[in-house]
Amino acid sequence: MSAFLRIFALLVKEFLQLRRDRPTMGMILGVPLMQLLIFASAINMNPKDLPTAISVADPGPLSHSIVAALHNSSYFRIVAETNDPNAARRMLQDGRVLFVVEVPVNFTRDIVRGVQPDLLIEADATDPAAGSYAIAAFNNLATTALRNDLVGPFAARAQGPAPFNTVQHLLYNPASITQYNIVPGLLAVILTMTMVLLTCLALTRERERGTYENLLAMPTTPLEIMIGKIAPNIVIGAIQSCIILFVAHYLFQVPMLGSFELLAVTLAIFITANLAVGYAFSTIAQNQLQAMQMTMFFVLPSILLSGFAFPFLGMPNWAQWIGEALPATHFLRIVRGILLKDNGFPEISPDLWPLLVFILVTGTVALGRFRRTLD
Amino acid sequence: MSELAIDVRGLTKRFGGKVAVDHIDIAVPQGQVWGFLGPNGSGKTTTIRMLCGLLKADEGVGTCLGLDFRKEADAIKRQVGYMTQKFSFWEDLTIRQNLELVARVYGLSKRSAEIDATLERLGLVARQKQLAGELSGGWKQRLALAACMLHKPKLLLLDEPTAGVDPRARRDFWDEIHALSEQGLTVLVSTHYMDEAERCDRIVYILNGKLVARGSVAGVIEQSALITFLIRGDNVRRLAESLRHEPGVEYAAFFGAVLHVSGNDRAALERALSRYRGQPGITIEEATPSLEDVFIHLQEQAA
Repeated sequence: MSAFLRIFALLVKEFLQLRRDRPTMGMILGVPLMQLLIFASAINMNPKDLPTAISVADPGPLSHSIVAALHNSSYFRIVAETNDPNAARRMLQDGRVLFVVEVPVNFTRDIVRGVQPDLLIEADATDPAAGSYAIAAFNNLATTALRNDLVGPFAARAQGPAPFNTVQHLLYNPASITQYNIVPGLLAVILTMTMVLLTCLALTRERERGTYENLLAMPTTPLEIMIGKIAPNIVIGAIQSCIILFVAHYLFQVPMLGSFELLAVTLAIFITANLAVGYAFSTIAQNQLQAMQMTMFFVLPSILLSGFAFPFLGMPNWAQWIGEALPATHFLRIVRGILLKDNGFPEISPDLWPLLVFILVTGTVALGRFRRTLD
Repeated sequence: MSELAIDVRGLTKRFGGKVAVDHIDIAVPQGQVWGFLGPNGSGKTTTIRMLCGLLKADEGVGTCLGLDFRKEADAIKRQVGYMTQKFSFWEDLTIRQNLELVARVYGLSKRSAEIDATLERLGLVARQKQLAGELSGGWKQRLALAACMLHKPKLLLLDEPTAGVDPRARRDFWDEIHALSEQGLTVLVSTHYMDEAERCDRIVYILNGKLVARGSVAGVIEQSALITFLIRGDNVRRLAESLRHEPGVEYAAFFGAVLHVSGNDRAALERALSRYRGQPGITIEEATPSLEDVFIHLQEQAA
């Protein structure tokens, strides 16, 4: 009987402590809710509405039908129509579109003549999973798109072999090797995880050990303390990046087409962004446990909503907005761009400035949150 | 009159609705050692933290080392050595590494020589490569003192520096404090030990955030106008309970085996004690109240 009493005594104590530990309760309720929301509504393994550019070199009526068919398809969202194939390809390079569909010169004439012209789709295959359903849908167009046009004297074209061929070019990752996508992505995810975790403990550890009071009693400024805390971790992040890139290149044969210097600079910026977040957490958290919980709230969406685990463009808008606010999302695009697409500064700059803004905002928050006194 | 190292008036701090420090005035002349006494939670640590800029004062004006203590906290920090109540140096650094950190932060020139000299003076040379976390309480306290002395501050703020330190180490510590004050350093030290209080030039006693006594030890005892009788004997323990309820007896408290019975009203006290005089095995004699008697008296009055 006394054993039950002792267990009961411990239970009462545990519940009392749990009730006082609001952040832990927040995590217990918040994290499953967040996962549920993300998995249930943000993740789409069959992404539709993918941004597509069309380059039409044929003014004929049948090419209009192709454009109309693409518009009607749930997989493609036409964001640009042009007659310049190079302009369309630049959009692909910049990552503004995932597909370019090219209707060749004399497309209509060739079909009328019974010569099977080629309808070309170029896909950004850096993330092979993102486009596979859409490409399958594109191939079906060959038999369905012109069904209403090929009537009367051309009815025969609707029978037998398809009136035109679909040709697909998988750019940047022609063999659709998943590692090419995952391994650079891991660079973003691993750095996010370790960098935030490392720095989130920076001040909370001082606070828990009682050394914080001493740190404040000395003539150091908040900015000096922040730099002192962040700088060593940049070195750690750099070493980590070298290891990951080395393994990626020599073990997984991930191509490295772009400039290594540019990659190094963006890596440094990305690492700093994550360290700034971690430091901001550590100015807010009261203890190490809280700091780790905050890290979890940050790392989870960085994995799930950044385009690492699931195709970014397949997510609903609200999920994309959250993703756009995360450094991992932008760095993921940059690193895939540099490694696989040979992107240079002009192509990556749309994703570079959000990282800089992010550092500025979180750094300001951290310095603002930093208490120069023990109040 | 010598210059004042600390000169603050109306120092006040509130936490939420609770007043932790309530309009305290402190004026410490340069080169003196002042003892800061009061029960736990009376506001000693809060006051010290406000003086060195670690807490923002809600009210109060004045100077610390001639600098506005509210506006020039950064400049004050550079000239003040603050020893925290809880050991606050880095336990995963060695003694020397801790001192090197402090020396660099304060931008000392001739760092190595300064550190060597400090280690020498405080007898830490042989232990300089030991991790701070592995030190016993007494050595930790020496390290802390060494570290807050390194930049040659003009004012030392010591928050219960000898709590949990053995008597011998306490004595050594105080010898060091006196040696420093001889050199012109001003020291404000909080403590619970009466023997330490008696080694101070002046003492300040605060209670519930209010300053209730100030002066030399003898002066504070005299100001209290307290009358104390000492009762000794085999049965004295049994007497304590009944004595406490006698009119005129403000309190009866044991100091070792001796019962101190005190009050402000001599006649009433004599009357109360007369019933116990002549009991076998009991001696009653009047004595000068000790500092602790006075503090108990001040607490009783406030209660």
